[in-house]
Amino acid sequence: MHSTSALSFSQATSLPTTNYAFHSHSAVNLRFCGLRRQAFGFSFSTHSTSTRLRLSTRAHSYKISASDGNNGTPPKSFDYDLIIIGAGVGGHGAALHAVNKGLKTAIIEGDVVGGTCVNRGCVPSKALLAVSGRMRELQSEHHMKALGLQVSAAGYDRQAVADHANNLASKIRNNLTNSMKALGVDILTGFGTILGPQKVKYGKVGSTYTLVTAKDIIIATGSVPFVPKGIEVDGKTVITSDHALKLEFVPDWVAIVGSGYIGLEFSDVYTALGSEVTFIEALDQLMPGFDPEIGKLAQRVLINPRKIDYHTGVFATKITPARDGKPVIIELTDAKTKEQKDTLEVDAALIATGRAPFTNGLGLENINVLTQRGFVPVDERMRVIDANGNQVPHLYCIGDANGKMMLAHAASAQGISVVEQVTGRDHVLNHLSIPAACFTHPEISMVGLTEPQAREKAEKEGFEVSVAKTSFKANTKALAENEGEGLAKLIYRPDNGEILGVHIFGLHAADLIHEASNAIALGTRIQDIKFAVHAHPTLSEVIDELFKSAKVKAPASTSTSSPVTEPVSA
Amino acid sequence: MAHILQTSFLPSTSTLRRSPISASKARSHSLRVKAKIREIFMPALSSTMTEGKIVSWMKSEGDKLSKGESVVVVESDKADMDVESFHEGFLAAIMVEEGGVAPVGSAIALLAETEDEIAEAKAKSQSSSGISSAQVVEQKPKQKEESEQAVPAVAPTVSSTKTVALGSAVHPASEGGKRIVASPYAKKLAKELKVDLGTVVGTGPLGRIVAKDVEAAAAAAASVVAAALPASPAIAAPVAYGIELGTVVPFTTMQGAVSRNMVESLSVPTFRVGYTITTNALDALYKKIKSKGVTMTALLAKATALALVQHPVVNSCCRDGNSFTYNSSINIAVAVAIDGGLITPVLQDADKVDIYTLSRKWKELVDKARAKQLQPHEYNTGTFTLSNLGMFGVDRFDAILPPGTGAIMAVGASQPAVVASKDGRIGMKNQMQVNVTADHRVIYGADLASFLQTLAKIIEDPKDLTL
Repeated sequence: MHSTSALSFSQATSLPTTNYAFHSHSAVNLRFCGLRRQAFGFSFSTHSTSTRLRLSTRAHSYKISASDGNNGTPPKSFDYDLIIIGAGVGGHGAALHAVNKGLKTAIIEGDVVGGTCVNRGCVPSKALLAVSGRMRELQSEHHMKALGLQVSAAGYDRQAVADHANNLASKIRNNLTNSMKALGVDILTGFGTILGPQKVKYGKVGSTYTLVTAKDIIIATGSVPFVPKGIEVDGKTVITSDHALKLEFVPDWVAIVGSGYIGLEFSDVYTALGSEVTFIEALDQLMPGFDPEIGKLAQRVLINPRKIDYHTGVFATKITPARDGKPVIIELTDAKTKEQKDTLEVDAALIATGRAPFTNGLGLENINVLTQRGFVPVDERMRVIDANGNQVPHLYCIGDANGKMMLAHAASAQGISVVEQVTGRDHVLNHLSIPAACFTHPEISMVGLTEPQAREKAEKEGFEVSVAKTSFKANTKALAENEGEGLAKLIYRPDNGEILGVHIFGLHAADLIHEASNAIALGTRIQDIKFAVHAHPTLSEVIDELFKSAKVKAPASTSTSSPVTEPVSA
Repeated sequence: MAHILQTSFLPSTSTLRRSPISASKARSHSLRVKAKIREIFMPALSSTMTEGKIVSWMKSEGDKLSKGESVVVVESDKADMDVESFHEGFLAAIMVEEGGVAPVGSAIALLAETEDEIAEAKAKSQSSSGISSAQVVEQKPKQKEESEQAVPAVAPTVSSTKTVALGSAVHPASEGGKRIVASPYAKKLAKELKVDLGTVVGTGPLGRIVAKDVEAAAAAAASVVAAALPASPAIAAPVAYGIELGTVVPFTTMQGAVSRNMVESLSVPTFRVGYTITTNALDALYKKIKSKGVTMTALLAKATALALVQHPVVNSCCRDGNSFTYNSSINIAVAVAIDGGLITPVLQDADKVDIYTLSRKWKELVDKARAKQLQPHEYNTGTFTLSNLGMFGVDRFDAILPPGTGAIMAVGASQPAVVASKDGRIGMKNQMQVNVTADHRVIYGADLASFLQTLAKIIEDPKDLTL
């Protein structure tokens, strides 16, 4: 064991124990990014052995992987089995799974390991939201009084809050880097460009490039904040999420352009820290991506009682940063009539209008692939499609760059799916089983279809749709926390008990959704899952109630009742 | 209604029921227009619901409703639910106000099909609302009465202040006041407090109207009401103080802390020395630099700090009963009464910071104190405390020494007095009495006396204050 680590690590400090510690760290951060634990759970027990094996026999590992891969290609013609361009959460998830499957893997990163999620997205924003949640609680005199608590003068130190976010990002980034290094993934620094089939060059811009070949290539270059034209981002008063996460200042009045996940989360942070917020939304209602009923409730809890106002049905056609003693000036144009409607003068503007794929300079023209609004076209197996509609062999694209579902954990799931395919097991990811969450206070989470989507599908395919709802007001744990505000909603087929969608708004909604998403992923029907037992009193009983209140005509499958007759305790 | 429920909750689209028979009749015989005013009923949101509470009306009387739009939020025994409108029309009359409770199936509002029918519907609601609104009143008869009396009293005064303030309502923020620039919370508050933003002068960044401007405008309107209605003090008093007589109210955290400190102060041997200081020169200086944002509190703090530079012992304290602790910086704590308590924001290094910065700092501290956002170091690092009750006309008083400090100075009002001067003349001078309480373990009578002499000199010749 000791000789093993001496071989694999140049640093003398890396004893096997630290090596092991990396793994457990990475497990923590994986969950943080919303990766499916299931994926890691498998690898956790097995990879430690395989890792050691491959670390100690670095030179021979090729053979091992080649035989594992069990394909006819002569291995010597490629430098790697798999090259991943982009070390974000998607690339990381794919790399870990690839190593687990015995593939010789390299990952190319031109910026920092961890990508958007870890450095400029989910991770630092969770740090800020953790602060905002506590501030909100401490400031809510009513809430504190109801619990019998007396707190005076809750305050915050902006720099310390910003440091917390930054420290978290760097900690998670180190964990990701170490977990890949420990497994023997080669991290190649520089921007990756595809030169042709199975051929990639990488290197820093302006310096020399290195050519590498791989049997399979995954594009996982992610996305950058999308800034509509007419908006001048100066990084100080007109900012994107990239800047906002650094929390360089807390403006008195901030306009947030876009009321999706990003905008909503930042409104939660800013209002808790004392800012007033104006939403600018191009569609006719706020929170357009959410189930309408959940959106309405969320608006009543997250928008109306807070220091927030909004303009809907308008575009921010021109935003000028604050300069020469003038505030940030925002011109609003009616989305329908295209007439200028209003001008806002605010202290800062946060552009949260979505994200644009980061695919420039990838060399897609070398393999005849045309992007669609920047997105790399793929089929349901993430295989890249060229301009003529044909598959590009051995080339895959996952995550934000393909635009299928722009979520960190979706990217990772897609990456794992691709690795499954290249190692000989056909796998198609069910995107309807991928949950999404918005970490406001309280949180919003969802999986599957919204009610309108479900009804549309039902009309087309001719089945019946039912809706069941439960309230957090009836949940003991929620009431104990004095957080009874919330709703869980189940959209299902009454004929066969299939779960079509679940939407939750309430305390810890983001943690509660997984029972539903796992059920969808595994195809579990309501009539079966309703017999599953939940600890009392927990918030999970909200979901338990939800399943129990559904009226399904199909009987429970017999298999679920059999384990009950075999008591374990005996 | 419960019999039509399939699940425990109805999708909200189907929860609104109006008199369907009369409605459809009106449709088919469009010439007979009578039945176009419909009632909105309290829906049954769960199978066990017998009555519902109106959480909030999302629309106001006179608002146009389109099909499927949420009208009202109803709280049942299980959840809050939106109730949507089935038809287009105008919300003519709200029959059960927010906070009111109505049994399932009873009318809570009227919906008119056209704008012309709103008045008719209103008349109808007044005649028929006897039953349902009586139920609301029954819930809280007392408060209802009070608020009913208070509301008409406020309304006219707000509009009268409008005429007064119009001339000054210029917003430097935009186009010379053509547009109103108000922060989101200011707008919300204005709606709640029924303040016309057009009459409010903004004091926020670039002249924008912020929440405290609206609050100030509302308070101004309210005080006009109070002044205009001397005959009804009985109503105004309980509203103003919000204290329920005959109850025992536990201390808040802050009040608890004050109580502990006061008891602790009994273990310190204190004594007092008073002094009368002429303030004509100080008043003149204040007048001159007031426009630059300098406050009297800042001037007094500055003067005290400069005097303390020359008398470090008065800035000392006794921590252990065996020694002097000479503080390295002069931090003047100033007692401020805030809602339900007292706090002492600290002007740090008041001897070194210039008067303008000090005044800005003071304003910031007071704002933070009101918002309960002071950090510990902003209220517990004082080395000398000032307490000023002069603004109430108090001419002299005695302060208790806060534990951990050496001295506190009680400042009375500056008042004109007939004074005999040394050259035998009689004149009018503004005089202010100060009274210092000090810990005699470290500060002796002669120390305080000479400190006060220095302070009087500084205040009577205040040119050093602006340096």
